[in-house]
Amino acid sequence: MGIEIIREKCVGCTACVKGCPFNAISMKDGKAVIGPECTLCGACVKHCRSDAIEFERPRGKEVDRSSYKGVWVYCETRSGRLMHSALELVSKARELADELGEDVGAMVFGSAAPKSFGILGDHGADVVHFSSESRFDEYLTGNLAPLVSGLVLKHRPSIVLFPATHTGRDLAPRVAASLAVGLTADCTGLTVQDGLLIQSRPAFGGNIMADIISPDVRPQMATVRPNVFKAKGGVGKKPDTFEVNLNEGMKDAAVRIIEIVRTSKEGAKGIEEADVIVGGGGGMRSSENFKVLEELAETLGGAVGASRVAVDAGWRPRSDQIGQTGKTISPRLYIACGISGKIQHQVGMRGSEVVVAINKDPNAPIFKVADYGIVGDLFQVVPALNEAFRELLGGG
Amino acid sequence: MRIIVCVKQVPDTTEVRIDPKTNTLVREGVESILNPYDQFALEEALRLKAERDDVRITVLSMGPPQARKVLLKSLALGADDAVLLSDRDFAGSDTWATSVALSGAVREMGGADIIFCGLQAIDGDTAQVGPEMAQLLDIPQLTYAERVSLTHDLKVRAEQQMEDGSRVLESDTPVLVTCVPTPSFVPKVPPMPGILKAMSKPYEVWDSKRTGADPSDLGLQGSPTQVRRTYSPPPRGEVVMIPGDTREASRSLARLLIDRNIVGGAD
Repeated sequence: MGIEIIREKCVGCTACVKGCPFNAISMKDGKAVIGPECTLCGACVKHCRSDAIEFERPRGKEVDRSSYKGVWVYCETRSGRLMHSALELVSKARELADELGEDVGAMVFGSAAPKSFGILGDHGADVVHFSSESRFDEYLTGNLAPLVSGLVLKHRPSIVLFPATHTGRDLAPRVAASLAVGLTADCTGLTVQDGLLIQSRPAFGGNIMADIISPDVRPQMATVRPNVFKAKGGVGKKPDTFEVNLNEGMKDAAVRIIEIVRTSKEGAKGIEEADVIVGGGGGMRSSENFKVLEELAETLGGAVGASRVAVDAGWRPRSDQIGQTGKTISPRLYIACGISGKIQHQVGMRGSEVVVAINKDPNAPIFKVADYGIVGDLFQVVPALNEAFRELLGGG
Repeated sequence: MRIIVCVKQVPDTTEVRIDPKTNTLVREGVESILNPYDQFALEEALRLKAERDDVRITVLSMGPPQARKVLLKSLALGADDAVLLSDRDFAGSDTWATSVALSGAVREMGGADIIFCGLQAIDGDTAQVGPEMAQLLDIPQLTYAERVSLTHDLKVRAEQQMEDGSRVLESDTPVLVTCVPTPSFVPKVPPMPGILKAMSKPYEVWDSKRTGADPSDLGLQGSPTQVRRTYSPPPRGEVVMIPGDTREASRSLARLLIDRNIVGGAD
């Protein structure tokens, strides 16, 4: 394991100096020299055109496990805003770290970083590694993967958690593969047993649960479903903050963003974050009919979701889809209207605290996973329910 | 232009049941299918092939000899040749060990301009093998992709689905693309002439040595993660059906949810 410049081969072109994310390479006597800032991320290797960098990737399997300490979280930001998943994961990390007697480290990148120290500390972060550069506000794999790999290599946490969002699921495997360590996807349970992280996750479309361990490698890495763990503030830590010393010129040169399309309304709570979700399925029959669900959602301060059937029919945008190929929700209340409740849909809604099903068919599978059911025509029941809530809550 | 499409044979999870006595998966009688995400990725690749006359598509899979079935289906849909990594050495691979084997095979094939994968397989749902392969091959990746196209200067464009919308990304080649089916996607059924042609297309089975991978990185012993135990998800309690006509039922349900503090209104 290590990195070396072969002086005889180095032609002094400085390509590696520009390609190092950590400013760790400098020129001396016309040759490249690697400094102590090097994190062994390996980003320089592909920039060298004369094959002058000898690099052997560090391997998670061949490490002294006891030298790895700390529970770390990759805190996702989007367009300059810290995502709620970051607080959920930091809260969980706090629990695990207390059990292990270790510290909680947070990594946060983008213009949201400096504003988030307080809240990350309040949820249990002891240390925050950050960069406030705005180029991280719009996620690109190639910008972040070497950075995160490098930080993890340098600071050796025993556990690293990522949110199982599109971004987290894009980044985490990249980091795990670069460190030659395992990664458990979409965890819904995390505990510590005999110093080992027990990672619980659903498989086979949610039909079975599996407990996964990474006994021999460090760090142990997992992506974690958003909305599964609760964010718990009030811990009151004042984290030590470390700005990552970054190479200004370094960026993902291979991938460019051509266009960005946002389908969710600015400021509106998406179904990942809403406390109440009213979902519609095949029984809705048209996009106009979703109006009754929107009205109920408004009364309850919630959001509207949809089953795959409704999305496939074009009645709702895909960002509303709940289920195996859509989003996982975990609101306090989920009201499923005209949704039959196939196993793929169940996977996405299992985390809901209370489930209400409204369906014409008393034998619909949705009733098997619901807490309360009403058999009836949703176009009568939903407005009646809305009426009842408005009256009882005194909002109407 | 060389395209490699990675495919996996999976049990149809909509058919999978749990034996309540043994808490294990009942696999008997469950049909094995081409992972739907992979079929979408393959059809994206075939669309690029239809637009140009220099595209060769290789389908690559890892699995038992029976996985031939999904490779034959891929050939029948229009892929040019197929390679199956099949060896006892691969048994018990987690996503890392799988990525080592597949990326090794890609390297042995001389690489590709575009590698397509399905976003994830419906049995494991991890979405990890694609990005892990891209990292091991040291090439960029476009994940959650649909509407993949080639620009006139042979860059790869794709629409990436995000939770709050989408982005159009453009990448240099080589690149690895993981595809997520569009809402309207209906998997094609191979046409009869395609099925007949598939039988005579090049088909190779590779053992672990041919991947060039370090044997200690393969299979169960090469897998950093281990399954400690499997079990059924905890069941929910019995559903309470709310009786009465529409008005009555709605009122009692609303009352119940307010009393249980599930909805408070004030917030």
